[in-house]
Amino acid sequence: MNNLHQLAQRLMALDDRITACMKCGLCQAVCPMFGATGMEADVARGKLALISNLAHEMIQDPEAVADKLGRCLLCGSCQASCPPGVKIMDVFMEAREVVNAYIGLHPVKKMVFRTLLAKPGLFNFAMRVGAPMQGLIFKDSKDTQGTVCAPMLNFMLGDRHIRPLAKTPLHVRHGSINERCPAGGIKVAFYPGCMGDKMYVDMAEACLKVLRHHKVAVYMPTGLACCGIPALSSGDVEGMMKQMKVNLDLLSQTMFDYLVTPCGSCTATIKEYWPHYAQRMGGAAVGQAREIAAKTMDINAFLVEVLKVQAVEAAANAHKVTFHDSCHLKKSLGVAAQPRTVIGANPAYKVTEMAEADRCCGCGGSFNLFHYDHSRKIGQRKRNNVVDSGAEIVATGCPACMMQLEDVLSHNGDAVKVKHPVEIYAEML
Amino acid sequence: MISQALIKDFEALLGKENVFSSEADRQSYSYDSAVLRPVVPALVVRPTNTEQLGLCVKKLYDNGIPMTVRGAGTNLSGGTIPDNSDTVVILTNGLTRILEINVNDLYAVVEPGVVTADFAAAVAKKNLFYPPDPGSQAVSTIGGNIAENAGGLRGLKYGVTKDYLMGIEFFDATGEIVKSGSRTVKCVTGYNLTGMIAQSEGTLGVISQAILKLVPPPKASKALVAVFDDLQNAAEAVAGIIAAHVVPCTLEFLDNNTIVRVDDFTKAGLPRQAAAMLLIEVDGHPAQVEDDAAAVERVLKDNKATEVLVPKDAAEKFKLWEARRMALPVLARCRPTTVLEDATVPRSQIPAMMKAINDIAAKYKLEVGTFGHAGDGNLHPTFLCDKRDHNEYARVEEAIDELFDVAIKLQGTLSGEHGIGTAKAKWMEKETSRGTILFSQRLRRALDPKGLLNASKLVGI
Ligand SMILES: Cc1cc2nc3c(=O)[nH]c(=O)nc-3n(C[C@H](O)[C@H](O)[C@H](O)COP(=O)(O)OP(=O)(O)OC[C@H]3O[C@@H](n4cnc5c(N)ncnc54)[C@H](O)[C@@H]3O)c2cc1C
Ligand code: SF4
Ligand code: SF4
Repeated sequence: MNNLHQLAQRLMALDDRITACMKCGLCQAVCPMFGATGMEADVARGKLALISNLAHEMIQDPEAVADKLGRCLLCGSCQASCPPGVKIMDVFMEAREVVNAYIGLHPVKKMVFRTLLAKPGLFNFAMRVGAPMQGLIFKDSKDTQGTVCAPMLNFMLGDRHIRPLAKTPLHVRHGSINERCPAGGIKVAFYPGCMGDKMYVDMAEACLKVLRHHKVAVYMPTGLACCGIPALSSGDVEGMMKQMKVNLDLLSQTMFDYLVTPCGSCTATIKEYWPHYAQRMGGAAVGQAREIAAKTMDINAFLVEVLKVQAVEAAANAHKVTFHDSCHLKKSLGVAAQPRTVIGANPAYKVTEMAEADRCCGCGGSFNLFHYDHSRKIGQRKRNNVVDSGAEIVATGCPACMMQLEDVLSHNGDAVKVKHPVEIYAEML
Repeated sequence: MISQALIKDFEALLGKENVFSSEADRQSYSYDSAVLRPVVPALVVRPTNTEQLGLCVKKLYDNGIPMTVRGAGTNLSGGTIPDNSDTVVILTNGLTRILEINVNDLYAVVEPGVVTADFAAAVAKKNLFYPPDPGSQAVSTIGGNIAENAGGLRGLKYGVTKDYLMGIEFFDATGEIVKSGSRTVKCVTGYNLTGMIAQSEGTLGVISQAILKLVPPPKASKALVAVFDDLQNAAEAVAGIIAAHVVPCTLEFLDNNTIVRVDDFTKAGLPRQAAAMLLIEVDGHPAQVEDDAAAVERVLKDNKATEVLVPKDAAEKFKLWEARRMALPVLARCRPTTVLEDATVPRSQIPAMMKAINDIAAKYKLEVGTFGHAGDGNLHPTFLCDKRDHNEYARVEEAIDELFDVAIKLQGTLSGEHGIGTAKAKWMEKETSRGTILFSQRLRRALDPKGLLNASKLVGI
């Protein structure tokens, strides 16, 4: 696709959905990016107008539009509060795909999505080679969150305070797990997600511990690939489909009742995007993706709805936990009460709500890599709300949010720990 | 065309990050919430303090460049669409300071870019109340509210934005600062320029600061919902409530089509046969609220309400009011384009107006859903269409022409709260008089000799 007219024609497929935007501007209230910059081109109304203008050949600069589309966390906050219910996320995803097909994918992204994330073996190798070397590069930030910073790599990572990679990823510790399900029992496929496998391994271990406690049989094959959301949000549908294919093949080898993940973004991707993009692949993938999507649950929802975990009365000296609603978990999946119940199941903790608990924390996956300054600014608002709540711990159901929260809290020198609700529950078992 | 030198000047004044000259950025300030053709401005500038705001205005005036001030861009009449491609848009969302909330003297001083809901929340934190609550309050700015004299759900009892405007500071077209009104309840120093700036739609000056009145919050409130199988009965109930000397803070209305559409979407089990639903809320001192609610309930029953529901608690009220909250979102989902009107008639004329709306829609083969503020006769007939279908859209325009004719005949007005902008400018003379237009134009020309401030809006210049 090399001429603007063709680009415009492909975008016209989105015209009906874009016209549904009544330009009320109410998305300004919830958009984290608009909150940080106050620029109309950063809010959904502005982005939709630009896509429409490109489709109607009223702007001749696809690079500029691509740049604007990239200034977005794909958090879905706009869509969740849009009065006419415009399918904003679908429009953004498809527009990114079309525009990127025209201008080409950033070479680094291409390498990461097509090669690294689609080839679990290679990704794991790179990470394992990387992990022991971290000591040389990263320096302890001496904070409550246990992050490190990388003065030597500042040019690449910026001033990020991130968790060190685990010395041993989850899948190496456990190898392939495929437990037998006793009659009448429940069997789940546990999908730890990239961050659960490589960074938040303790969190993933807590999930396995909880599943064992409830006598749930676990299937966790080695060789699972990324869920595909980073590639998809960069408009790399081909990369996403490669990753999905690896996963579908592995997950279709064994029978299980539910697929459970501790990551809101993975859950949302598997449930919403796998079936959608499997249609394009055709063949067996269509049925596989549909079936798996129907069985996929966030782990908090699984604990509460299937295993009937309930909140109990908090002890007198219970630790205060505030809960951050990750965008994918609450706005895409409607999971908000369950993680709070999971925290409340441990009497040593009680939930204290913060202001704007469901406002985006500013991570947004690869958005963080390319727009770190904005990400930090958005994160600061979240940090202020966390600290104002007076909680000792902030819990959230998405590892990407955990990473973002640790980064901002660490930078502010706050003594607030970041945990996954399941870690809190697992402590009492 | 704006010169590179001037762009550099603005960058030096405001910082590069507050001057938007790229095509993509400029295009995103070419529209607002009105269904009108966009116009791309030449440049967009964002002052971050009021001194910069004045300097921007002066610089533009000196260079003879047209200017349009923009808050959140949510007005429904085209007030922030640039007049032409030479226009510079001045954003106020860099001016968001609440300068003072005075709990003893019951006023606040704010910059124009403060978001209405943020302001109301800050005031509520100090246990005071700022009542104007336009449906767009989560994003609209105080400057935009003043310039449109925005109303809201509480208009009947609490009035509209202008009723809370005690004083104002604004820059005239040349960049000179003008001050009017004060922090005192009484002030007759000079002309009432404060009143003149309310609903001036960015045509007389650029608001840089406002002094707003605050009131003590009501101690209690109570909600009621009533269902009618005849519009006339609903209208008589509205009149009856006022005649019983009860002034509810909210008195909202939904018509049959809106009820059916909302019920289709929410499956909430709304009365699909009903001709109208009224949603009423009374507030004030607890004892008074009980008395008022009882009186309202009596009036509703006397006027043949087929059902009267009194929610027991906040949760139940929230559920019952869902229908009102969902009215616009649901109607907006039905078709690609939603044209939201706000012709307003004296309360007693609501049945006549409703009949006219439905007759006109039938005549032009259009779907319309009507909801709105029954207490003040401010209806929002919402036409559902597809602006890409030129034939259909032409019929919408004709229907609206006819609608305004009826509103004026019923001694009502073109616009209760959404403003004139360019959308309704052509009907102005019909409602007022030739003299009104000429007077307003002369006023504008005297104040803005180069005709630079939002020139095509309202009466034109
Ligand atoms: C979903 C929805 C619901 C709405 N509900 C209501 C409602 O209930 N009641 C109601 O009254 N309106 C309502 N509106 C209309 C609109 O929100 C109001 O008119 C609001 O006051 C506009 O505020 P704004 O900040 O968006 O102003 P803008 O749209 O940015 O500007 C409006 C006008 O004010 C001028 N202006 C802005 N700032 C200044 C300034 N500092 N100095 C001089 N002129 C200035 C502009 O030039 C323009 O003419 C609604 C709109 C939408 C989309
Ligand atoms: S909230 Fe929805 S309809 Fe309103 S401007 Fe934003 S995207 Fe458009
Ligand atoms: S997805 Fe999030 S960041 Fe992107 S436009 Fe919507 S609200 Fe803003």
